[in-house]
Amino acid sequence: MEYYKSEDLKKFGDIAEYDPELAKKFFDYYGAVFAEGALTEREKSLIALAVSHAVQCPYCIDAYSHDALEKGCNEKQMMEAIHVSAAIKGGAALVHGVQMMNHVKKVSM
Amino acid sequence: MMVKSLKFRHSILSDSAEQINILKKFDESSFESYVKKSGFEKFLSRKIEIFQINMGKMCNQTCKHCHVDAGPDRKEIMTKETMMQCLEALENSDIQTVDLTGGAPEMNPDFKWFVEEIKKLNRHIIVRCNLTIILANPKFHYLPKFFSENRIEVVSSLPYYQKSNTDRQRGDGVFESSIKALKLLNESGYGKENSGLILNLVYNPTGAFLPANQSSLEKDFKTELFSKHGIVFNNLFTITNMPISRFLEYLLDSGNFEYYMEKLISSFNPSSVPNVMCRNTISIGWDGYLYDCDFNQMLDIKVNHSSPDHIKDFNTESLNSREIMTGNHCFGCTAGTGSSCGGAVV
Repeated sequence: MEYYKSEDLKKFGDIAEYDPELAKKFFDYYGAVFAEGALTEREKSLIALAVSHAVQCPYCIDAYSHDALEKGCNEKQMMEAIHVSAAIKGGAALVHGVQMMNHVKKVSM
Repeated sequence: MMVKSLKFRHSILSDSAEQINILKKFDESSFESYVKKSGFEKFLSRKIEIFQINMGKMCNQTCKHCHVDAGPDRKEIMTKETMMQCLEALENSDIQTVDLTGGAPEMNPDFKWFVEEIKKLNRHIIVRCNLTIILANPKFHYLPKFFSENRIEVVSSLPYYQKSNTDRQRGDGVFESSIKALKLLNESGYGKENSGLILNLVYNPTGAFLPANQSSLEKDFKTELFSKHGIVFNNLFTITNMPISRFLEYLLDSGNFEYYMEKLISSFNPSSVPNVMCRNTISIGWDGYLYDCDFNQMLDIKVNHSSPDHIKDFNTESLNSREIMTGNHCFGCTAGTGSSCGGAVV
């Protein structure tokens, strides 16, 4: 079985086939989220790029790598966004080190 | 090593018919059908307001995306005789803006004379200056002063405010040379508030993607160029890369052709159609032939056969109402916020 075919990204809208009502709600919401607001479209694109890496979604990574370029971002800005993602993910693992330490200290003499 | 032109390399893509043939792959969703769906049964010129003259394919640069396939190895340039025909056509018309392009138009030996003659006709002149030409040879050092004395609007390509992206598209060292040239233009008053000397920059994506929002990118360019180099300018024009000539070669070689065309087609914006540049522009080739735009010129698609197609037969009345020739490359002008020699159109 082959997973994650890049051409499937174009078929995202097809999820409406099995539940048009919820799909419409989702896509309307999606569009509203990414519209210019208190944050610029570019800032939102970089957040999406970072989150795409955190959730490790290949479709999202392709989509937001392209989108970030079309929002005028450069390679350095995009890589910095991914480092933010990596720092949070790495930090999330490391901060649990405190929990490990708490437990070790609790059960140790 | 500097890239050579398609023509010099005898590339199959130096044949415009071959390019058109490649673009026909998308005929199922042809540009013509999209324009019709937008409410244009006939796609006509509105009225010619811009007289765009391509003074030749000779250039000191060989940019990877160049739709002209220009470069130092191209020798086709406009003769003085054709320039005189242009002047006569202009004199007998009410077209107020003359847009000089190339190649590097300044490399034409009659450039200076031609500009001064157009100036006598009291028309607004735009020169599409690639910046590096100013420093390429001492014989071009006169340009900033010459531009300012003749109140010429300067439009210059700078695909990004950083060296790496710029040099990748336009050649090694182009960014630094462009920055020096921009400083010289600023010193001559260009881009300065209240000077009346207009300096506009052009952004092209450095790859197979669409340009960013024009006003947002303009803010970035202004902030970055001023804070890092002390450079000021008036407006930034975002221009979409056309899937022809050397950019087509890049798309094919990098495996991005289908992807890019699908992107252009899926981003078709009907509200851009009334404002595309071919509706208010006539493009004159180095050999005097007439086209609806500089892109059609490079594909050798002359103005509609019912209109005069050479500058010696220029007829404003007939050309003002001509039907515009289109092809699938035209999706490049209608994607997203649209694209023209003056930037976004929506």
